Amino acid sequence: MTAHAIVHGTAVTDPLVSVRNLRVSFRLDRHNTFDAVRGISFDIPRNATVALVGESGSGKSVTSLAILGLLPPENSITHKGSEIRFGGRNLAALPTRELRDIRGAEISMIFQEPMTSLNPVFAVGYQLEEVLKLHRGLAGSAARKRAVELLDEVGIPDPMHKIDAYPSQMSGGQQQRVMIAMAIACEPKLLIADEPTTALDVTIQKQILDLIRQLQQRRQMSVLFITHDLAVVGEIADHVVVMRNGEIREQGPARDVFEDPRDSYTRALLQCRPRLDRRPMRLPVIDDYMSGQAGPMNLDERPRGVAPGDPVILDVRNLSKSFWTREGLFGKREFHAVKNVSFKLRKGKTLGLVGESGSGKTTVGLTLMRLHEATGGEVLFEGDDILKMSQKQFMPYKRRIQIIFQNPYASLNPRFTIGQILTEPMMIHGIGTSGQERADLAFEMLGKVGLPEVSFYKYPHEFSGGQRQRIAIARCLTLKPDILICDESVSALDVSVQAQVLNLLQDLQDEFGLSYLFISHDLAVVKYISDEVMVMSEGELVEMADSDEIYRDPQQPYTQRLLSAIPRGWQGQAAHPGASD
Amino acid sequence: MSTTSAVLSRGRNAPPAPRDVPQHVSPGLWTLAWRRLKADRVGMVSLAIVGAFLVMMVLSATGLVAKDWSREVGVNYAPPTFVGPDESSAPGGNAGPSIVPSGPTAASDFRSTVVDPIGDVIAELRGEKPAAGGEAAPSSTVDPLADVMKDIQSGKGVPAVTAAPAEVRAATLPFGGDKWGRDVIAKTIKGSETSIFVGLAAAAVATLIGTLLGALAGYYGGKTDDLLNWFYSVFSSIPYLLLILAVAAVLQQKGTMTIVLILGLTGWTGVFRLIRAEYLKHKGREYVQAADAIGASNSRRMFVHIFPNVSHVVLVQLSILAVGFIKAEVILSFLGFGVPVDVVSWGSMLNEAQNELILGKWWQLVAATAAMALLVTAFSLFTDALRDALDPKLKGLAGH
Repeated sequence: MTAHAIVHGTAVTDPLVSVRNLRVSFRLDRHNTFDAVRGISFDIPRNATVALVGESGSGKSVTSLAILGLLPPENSITHKGSEIRFGGRNLAALPTRELRDIRGAEISMIFQEPMTSLNPVFAVGYQLEEVLKLHRGLAGSAARKRAVELLDEVGIPDPMHKIDAYPSQMSGGQQQRVMIAMAIACEPKLLIADEPTTALDVTIQKQILDLIRQLQQRRQMSVLFITHDLAVVGEIADHVVVMRNGEIREQGPARDVFEDPRDSYTRALLQCRPRLDRRPMRLPVIDDYMSGQAGPMNLDERPRGVAPGDPVILDVRNLSKSFWTREGLFGKREFHAVKNVSFKLRKGKTLGLVGESGSGKTTVGLTLMRLHEATGGEVLFEGDDILKMSQKQFMPYKRRIQIIFQNPYASLNPRFTIGQILTEPMMIHGIGTSGQERADLAFEMLGKVGLPEVSFYKYPHEFSGGQRQRIAIARCLTLKPDILICDESVSALDVSVQAQVLNLLQDLQDEFGLSYLFISHDLAVVKYISDEVMVMSEGELVEMADSDEIYRDPQQPYTQRLLSAIPRGWQGQAAHPGASD
Repeated sequence: MSTTSAVLSRGRNAPPAPRDVPQHVSPGLWTLAWRRLKADRVGMVSLAIVGAFLVMMVLSATGLVAKDWSREVGVNYAPPTFVGPDESSAPGGNAGPSIVPSGPTAASDFRSTVVDPIGDVIAELRGEKPAAGGEAAPSSTVDPLADVMKDIQSGKGVPAVTAAPAEVRAATLPFGGDKWGRDVIAKTIKGSETSIFVGLAAAAVATLIGTLLGALAGYYGGKTDDLLNWFYSVFSSIPYLLLILAVAAVLQQKGTMTIVLILGLTGWTGVFRLIRAEYLKHKGREYVQAADAIGASNSRRMFVHIFPNVSHVVLVQLSILAVGFIKAEVILSFLGFGVPVDVVSWGSMLNEAQNELILGKWWQLVAATAAMALLVTAFSLFTDALRDALDPKLKGLAGH
């Protein structure tokens, strides 16, 4: 305990890491460079968690890679005068060999994707022992014993056996635990966690966050936690650094940043994320704050929910979908992705569909619009079963059900101009009599989703993620659909862009009376946009109710567990004793 | 290739512009690739060389250059100008196998006179007595040209020699002459016509077959994939050269198109595998699902949506195959399975050259080899540059 006291004593005066005037640029081609980090300074105190928050392109990951000396030397420039002080040395100017000794031993890192960070051909125990061998000189049974201890420490059940498991035999959460075990194997002074929970389900996210917090306190180390999610930050951080476009907008103790944010951007970030306890007519967006106006308009509560008499546009009965996997030479195994799911979608309303990965929620969306062939059940569209129709009969219905996918970078054909993307659906379905008429219509849709005229001639790669999602929405709108399936449509977007797209979807519903099936793992977003919510788990429908009701009073244990795992963000000092440090 | 890219970029019919919107042209994939290619010095030099060969081929095919390649402008085996005239074959040697003017008896006379033009020479070399004029033509068993001679004798492939007796034949030619005194440079140019045409056409046939079957197998999967894979496995399990010989035997008649077919029908397997894999990868992508959602048919998804996204792979494959097939044509013609003897190609030039080498007449060999080496090297370098330009990520540079 005395050792701890000494460490604690120095914490006040001497930070573990101090970053001073860090500037990093990337070479784009022979003549152009891009300034990713523009002269930032911050400290990481001993025995504390610092959260680096920002949207994509803010430079937060580049900062962490710079601390580790992992920036690609062939196209990155760390400018002279940049200082990263750690244990009396400047990491920004250290030769590669010395940096390598520090990496892994004194500073270690965990990444976003545990599935790609672990080597799939080696057992996890072997990979752990390798780290111990390299940095600690442990070998044989000593290394194995230590590996088991580490797996136990990060909460892997039955570590004696799991040590011989291969990464593919573990779940995503367990893989991330193994990554953490590897990171803490050498008792580092600093653990850098780069979006460690972004790829995980909300219940697993909670467990991992708890684990990181416990380890930080037990081992008296510092954690640099990089994330885009302010709710997560509120749960874990002592200090917060908010970055945007390579600059620090605001930094300070978590309490100050959350309770009294001074920077307009920080305020906007805190406000534009949908909340569980409020539902304004429109979500505030960054521009509301940045333009210096009085603030967002139209924050009145929006009424939600369905009445029993609301007309039903889509009646899904006992929808089932199985996949077969080959087993052995001739064997097949059936996997039930969706089991007897029944629900009604009301006209002009939004039905939220939540569930964790593997729950079958995406399969429901794809199956009911026949992008996958259903195994059984009926989908009644205004009374007609669209699953039984021939392709030809189905064509007019196909136009009326459209889908917006998750990844706007993948769902637009990169070789088509926006004009081609928007006019193609109309051409296929014979909307508009001439190319000219279709082009005019496409242009009108661009206006509806708030994109400039000139977009018509551009290619998808010239747009940002949020803009691309608008294009995908415009493509659906050209067909004048009745039902829009949004499959994780805002999940890949930054918080501020998410709010804009959600507002757009809401405006379009108000204008055209569209019915939405809104599929998402993000419970706060679903709560905001949905009239009704259904919860799926392992292919089965767990619970379905009005959205206010299900969040206020969940009936099923699974729903209760799911809802309790949502990061609540900053809850004040009482709810978060770790922050009092 | 630049023309191809231009056609491809314009090929997709762009929708008409909406009213009242200022025109704007964003660089598409092909434009960007062209810009990257232009920045690649090696790529541009090799492209220029390949382009020069193509121009040469077209000019030769349209008869603008090397039209008179078959005229005997020089003495037999006229040496290159920079070597100087051959002393030994001054007046007498030249008179040896003289060409008889055309007439009613020309054919038979001609045949008898050209039966074995170098038989005498060989005999002389061996220290034997020279065979008498056109009387006996005992094609010796060791005569390396015996086979060719047989072809000529049977009248199958009499070289289109237009004799011009009155003409004074040059003692030397810029890069020498062949056995009949034809200009080697003109012959090389004429030969490029065959070699490059065969290479490009066969590559086009193979790429077309491979792409089509690969697209079907990759896109539909299941039974279609199994069937096509089985077909592919059968094809690729037979030794390549034997397959070519077998097809050559079945197709009987020799001709340039036959060679194109043989190479095309046997060379598609590599493209098939690659394109199949690309289609497997792409058919699951969201943009293809999105195309399904808006009602695009299977063929539309396959060729309008996915194809432009794999076309760069096709183009690079086409380029690689063209290099391979130019070489393959040369090898086949050299072995005697290629184009007929009356059609000049680099391969048949090399075939002739192996006999001439004994006599120390090296220029035909050098001309054909140099032309082929230059083209193949330039084409290969261009292929590399093309691949880098189309897929910049391969070079380790960020896409954007």
